[in-house]
Formats: sequence, structure tokens, C-alpha cells
Amino acid sequence: MVDSDDNNKELLSVSGITKIFGTLKANDNVDLIVNSGEIHALLGENGAGKSTLVKMLFGSLQPTSGTIVWRGNKVKISNPSAARILGIGMVFQHFSLFDALTVSENIALSLGDNIEMSALADKTRSVSQEYGLPLDPDALVGDLSVGERQRIEIVRCLLQDPALIILDEPTSVLTPQEANKLFETLERLAGEGRSILYISHRLEEVQRLCSRATILRHGKVVGACDPREETAASLASKMVGAEIDIVHREAGSDTGDILLKLNALTMPPATPFSMPLRGISLDLRAGEVVGIAGVAGNGQSELFDAISGEATQADSDAISINGIPSGRMGISERRNLGAAFVPEERLGHGAVPNFALSENLLLARHRSDKADFLGLGLLGMIKRSKVKILSRQIIEDMDVRKSGEDPAAAALSGGNLQKFIVGRELDRNPSVLIVNQPTWGVDAGAAARIRQALIDLAASGSAVMVISQDLDEIFEVSDRIAVISDGGLSEPEPAKNMTREKIGMLMGASHQNDVDTPNTLEATA
Amino acid sequence: MILFLEKRANYSPLFSALSPVLALALTLIFGTIMFSILGVDPAKALYTYFVLPLTDAYLIEQIILKATPLILIAIGLSVCFRSGNWNIGAEGQYMIGGMFGAIIPVYFNDFQSPLLLPMMMIMGMIGGALFAAIPAFLKARFGTNEILTSLMLVYIAQQLVDWLVRGPWRDPQGMGFPGTKSFNESAILPELIPNGDAHFGTVFAVIVAIGVWFMLSKTLKGFEVTVLGECPRAGRFAGFSTKQMTIFAFLLSGALAGLAGIAEVSGSVEKLDDKLSLGYGFTAIIVAFLGRLNPLGILVAGLILALSYIGGEEAKIALQVSNRATNVFQGLLLFFVLACDTLIHYRIRLVTSSKAGGTG
Repeated sequence: MVDSDDNNKELLSVSGITKIFGTLKANDNVDLIVNSGEIHALLGENGAGKSTLVKMLFGSLQPTSGTIVWRGNKVKISNPSAARILGIGMVFQHFSLFDALTVSENIALSLGDNIEMSALADKTRSVSQEYGLPLDPDALVGDLSVGERQRIEIVRCLLQDPALIILDEPTSVLTPQEANKLFETLERLAGEGRSILYISHRLEEVQRLCSRATILRHGKVVGACDPREETAASLASKMVGAEIDIVHREAGSDTGDILLKLNALTMPPATPFSMPLRGISLDLRAGEVVGIAGVAGNGQSELFDAISGEATQADSDAISINGIPSGRMGISERRNLGAAFVPEERLGHGAVPNFALSENLLLARHRSDKADFLGLGLLGMIKRSKVKILSRQIIEDMDVRKSGEDPAAAALSGGNLQKFIVGRELDRNPSVLIVNQPTWGVDAGAAARIRQALIDLAASGSAVMVISQDLDEIFEVSDRIAVISDGGLSEPEPAKNMTREKIGMLMGASHQNDVDTPNTLEATA
Repeated sequence: MILFLEKRANYSPLFSALSPVLALALTLIFGTIMFSILGVDPAKALYTYFVLPLTDAYLIEQIILKATPLILIAIGLSVCFRSGNWNIGAEGQYMIGGMFGAIIPVYFNDFQSPLLLPMMMIMGMIGGALFAAIPAFLKARFGTNEILTSLMLVYIAQQLVDWLVRGPWRDPQGMGFPGTKSFNESAILPELIPNGDAHFGTVFAVIVAIGVWFMLSKTLKGFEVTVLGECPRAGRFAGFSTKQMTIFAFLLSGALAGLAGIAEVSGSVEKLDDKLSLGYGFTAIIVAFLGRLNPLGILVAGLILALSYIGGEEAKIALQVSNRATNVFQGLLLFFVLACDTLIHYRIRLVTSSKAGGTG
């Protein structure tokens, strides 16, 4: 336990930290002071240098220059275990857990040698109960929800009794209820005198939780403030350095034709750890945006794959695009019917990391734009200059910021790559657009731009489905909202009738029994 | 202690380009050590291996002759490897190609026609492709590991050809030696230069190298090969099929190995015998990687490996060195090519177990 006398004393003081990667100054003369017992927010757009800074505090990166002072002593944190010994713990945005091991086995892996498993299980149980993070040490990680997995990471961190806990976007995977519980836990930890460095782009959370904030932009500290004395808009403009366009949406009329019809879409799980789809039905009409809310891992990516045709259906009528039964069609044929897709994972699914942007344009458009991009012949000669011209056009339209003429996808920041990937599909003017997590890990400026583009597309008469874990986003863009949980989809309701509480309830719903209802069976037969 | 391979954030493009040269240099250094241990003057040995063959027109022709099948097979392998299909069984596809191509001249020994050679070449390609289709089908349909199945099929091919040339296909007038009747004039590939050993197969190799290079770098098919090799998930998003690619890559690679086989049978041996399997299909793996999986690079790499074969023969005569030294050389070369490529893109990190918790 941390001595409570330390409260409001400087625990960590970073001064003049600079980190240079090649020609890029990821952190430029950054100062940061974290006091004991405070919850300190680190705000900034993607690519502002938050992760770089935090990695240096956790020892995964070494600063080019500058000093870190910990409890009054200058320290060098050469690796994560040195950070842990000092008392710095970190909970990552992406979990590093083994699905096939139990909770306590996963914890044991990070603690090193000579651990009595039974003692560890007891300790895990007691720590998790003490902090309101209920966990069964013997449960298999593969069976747990994302929220529970995050608890493992937090408990794993707490077992090492840290004085400073760094959390990277912790609520991006939680339901509102789960997030509330997390906040209670964090406040309790702060009450014990532990300090928390909280990285987030959700400004409401930061305002609720944090008493001080440091704002980074382009690697530099551009301000420190008390988030409670700011408005969400003023915080956002500090982060971006300009006023953010507010996403503007006209109340749509939902009387258009059905452009995408899901008819009791049912899919068995592809792997032991994936979710089946249980009788999903939905009519997506011209001119509307339907938001699909849900906690990560409830069938979102399976639903996306099923609609995109990366996973095809046995029943041709399970999916109709523009009125044409397309359940057995592959992704290229579905694209040719006017559908377009933006997957969740940018690198490795939506784009090949080592390929240039123009090649990644070809990746999604080689069939739909065959006449423009390919010459005659069996093997299809690529007209690179035409691909490059269109690629340049998309880069301009979407304001994609990049270095070099035609850089590799991996060289772009998340937000800029996402703008390119969304732009790649919008440029086709698709009649149906399916987007999974459109602004995940994307900075506020790019996110607003992407959301506006989705709304504009719907306004021009297309049908748009936005699958997202971000409720703010769902409410911002949707005309109707449905919730996916446990592989089933709730009845979509007009956005104005939905509340966060209601969505939270639906997020916990089980659809296990849905497939047994005669109604659904009839439809799938 | 645990060894980690960690991807380098930014690697040197210069070293990446120089990697094959670096590997060659390291091979020469370790070759020097090996010859010293064997008690042979290293300078003389390396001269015999790598310089002497280039001073003699006859030996240069031998190098071209050896390089031809290596290049043809390696080009096919480059398509396989780029698309993430690990075809290790080119040796078997090469033999079955030779065998298939020999069917017409064996059963119709007197048949003479200008169409005979094209028919034989096509038969050879079909044979190689069919044999490669077995591991491809097993992988696409059942998800079997193609490294194992393609490798095991090599031994089946060797036994099958061995049985044919000793059994049903043996020349009755062959004094009991295993082998078919010699082919008639119109079943023999023309020589490259009059009265020489090198044959028309070399022309095939050059044409194929240019054709496959064009396919890989300029066409959608080549794009598909690279996408599926780099990132199968993105390939699926693009609408490309991993399974169809497995079939395509194996069929192409098998056909080219089969062409190499029948070119060797028809152009060099002029009959099918029990000495067709010389390990070209395995050496071609080294050629493919040394040529950076680029068909034009493979042209050069094939000549380098052929040089080591011919140099090995010379060294055996001049220095009394076992020609197993050649195998060691080739092994060293493959080892260093792969090691250089890996270490240029990754760094090794030693982690003691108490710190092995990683970042989580």
C-alpha cells in the first residue's frame, strides 16, 4: 500500500523529454507532473505522442533526451520490469492474454518464477474482491467477456502494488455499466493514494474522472487544465488546435427502398473462440444510417464478414443486396451489386501494411473498376497510372495527410489511413455501405470528418450500417439503433427512442434461445 | 533465457538490397575455414570453385546446362513462396514431368514429327502440374501441411521412375542397364550451339523468367500472388481466394518443374534413365531465395549455383575434395541468405525468464 501522507506530492516528474524516430520528433520537450493520489488525464489526437510518452514511462522505449524523476530521484527506466520494480504498472488497450489458459495462469505468466499457483489464486480472488473487480481465478480466459478480461489486466497490475497505474483507452471495450464500475474502482485506487495516468479521447469520461489534464499535440505539450472547468468542445479544440466541425445530421425520412435485407441470417461459429450469428434480421433502407451498438466480441466481426461475403451463406436469401439474393456470392460480386465495406482492422484486413496506398486502392476496387484499372487479357494488366490518379484524388478529397508521393499503408497514422480506406469506398458512391468501427483509434478531427461523410452518403440516398462500440458515435450518426449481443440483434428502434441505459440493458441480453424459436427455424429452412 | 525475434521499426534498404551479396561473402569466408580444416589451400580451392570454371568455354557451357533446370524450377517456386505456399516437392514434379514427357517417345519410338517436341514439352508440364496438384488439393481441401506432403511425394516419384526404367520401360537391348530406348532424332531438343551439350531448354528458361516477371510485377494475377502471400486476410477482403491461389501456384510451379524435367530428359540424356534425380528440385529452393523470389534475380542466382556444381566437379578432380563439399557450400549459402534476410528485418533479443512477462 502507498503511504497516504504522500498525497498531492509530486510522484512523477518528467521534464524536457524528447524522443526522435528518424526525422520525426514524436515527443518534443515534454513536461509532465503527476501527483500522488490524482487521476491525471493525458489527452491528444492519435499521433500526438501519448503512446510514445507512456511507453517511455513504462520502459518499452528510451527517451532521446530529458529526465524522469520518480519520488524525487532521477531514474532510468530501461525496460518494463524496471518500471514494475519502481512501482509503475500499465493496462494496455489491447490485452495480452492467452485464451486457452485460466485467469490465474495468465497472471502467473507475468509474475515470473516460483509462484505457488494456489496462493496466487487466493490472492487474485482477494484483490479482485477488494477492488470490486469480481473474477474467478479458475475460469478460462476464452470464456470471459472483454470487460472481465480487462479486469484480469487490472488485477495483474494491482498484484504488483504499483504507485502509478497507466491506463490506455480503458473504456473503449466496455458497456456504459461496466465503464461506471471501472470509474468507481479507479476513484477508490486514487483514494488509496495511488496515482493514475488516464489516456482517453472520450472527453466526458475525462471530465468526470480527472482533476488535471495534460494535452499533447504534435508531440508537444500545448496546455494543462482542469477538465472540469472546460467544456467538451473547448477540450477538443485544444487537442486538435482548431475548432472541430460538429457533425451535422438532418432528421432523415426512412421511407426509402430496402437496399440491404438480412433475413434470419444464421452462421455457425467459425472457430472455437468466435461467435455464432443467431437469426439476424434487418431491413436497411435508402437514406438511413442504422447504428449497431454492442460490446466487443458479441458477433460484430462475424456479422461484418457475413454481410461482406468474406464468409458466404448456404442460404442465398439470407442476404439480399438491392433486392438480389446474394447469400452465396463472394465479396467481389457483392461489391458489383453496389455494396461497399470498411472492416474494423485497418492494417491487415482493410489494407496490406507494406503496400502503397495506390495498391491498397486496387485491393478493394479491382473488380468494381475493372474497366478503368485493368487491361485486357487473362491475367489482367494493371494500369498503374490510372490507379495512382484516383488514389491521389481520394487523398485530396479526404484530406489524407502523408509523407511521400505514394507511401505504404503502415506509414500512415490510424486516422489518416482510415480516411483513405473510407474514401476509397465513398468514391464509388456505393448504394450500401457497411462500416465496422469507423473511428476506432482515430483522432477527433478525422473522426468527425468520417462520420460526416457517412451521414452525407446516406443523405444522398444510400443505406449505411455503422457497427460501433462507441455509443457517442452511434448516437451521433444513427437514424435507427439496434444492439448486437451474443450473436443476436435486437429490433432496431428510432434513435430518439433510445437511451444509453436501454442500450446497456440490450447489450447484456442473451439470444441463445432465439434460434430455437419456430419462427426463425422456418426462415432458415 | 528466451530468444525473441523482434521486427525492426526501420530497416536499412541498402542492406536489404545487398543481402544476397552479403550472404555470398559470408559463404566464402566459411568456405575458407572449411577448406583449411580439410587441409586444402583455401585460396586454391576457392579459385577452383568459383574462377576456374569461368575461364573455359566448355565449362561455361556446362554451367549454362546445369543452370537451366535450376532456373526453370526456381521460377515456379518463387510464385509458390511469394503466395505463401511452401512447395518443397519440386524434385518429384521434375521427375514426373520427365516421365510424362517420355511417354510418347517410349511407346511410339519411331514416331517422327515436328509436332513431337512441343507435344513432349506439354506432356511434361502436364505431368509436373498433376503431381503438384496432389499436395495443392490436400492443402486446399483438408488443410494438410504442404511442406510434408509435397516432400513425401518426392520419394514416391523417385521410386516410380526407378521402377519404370528397370521394369516396363527398360530397353530390351540395353544390356540390362536401367533406362528406356534412346529417343529418335525428332524427340531430342536442339542444341544451343552446334555440337554442344547445352540445349534449347535454356531459351525456355529465359522466356519463362521474363514472362513470370511480367506476370508478377505488372498484372492483377501477380498482385493477387503477393497480396495473399503478405496478408491472407486482406486478400480475402479483396475477393481473392487462398485456396484457388494454392492450386494456381502449385500447378504453375509443377508445370515449370515438369518442363525442366522433360527438357533435361529430351535435351541432355536423350532417354529416361535412373539418374534423373540429382537434387535440382531442392537446390532450386536456394536459387529461388538467393534470387529474392524475383524471376530476373533467379536467372543470376541459377548461374551462381550452377557454378558451384561445376566448380565442385573441378575441385574433386584437381584437389581430391569430396563433392560433398559442394553440398556444404550450397547449404551454407541457403543458411546465410535466410539469416541475412531475417536479421536485416528483425533483431534478436535475449530475455531472461524473470523478465519474460513481456509488456502485459
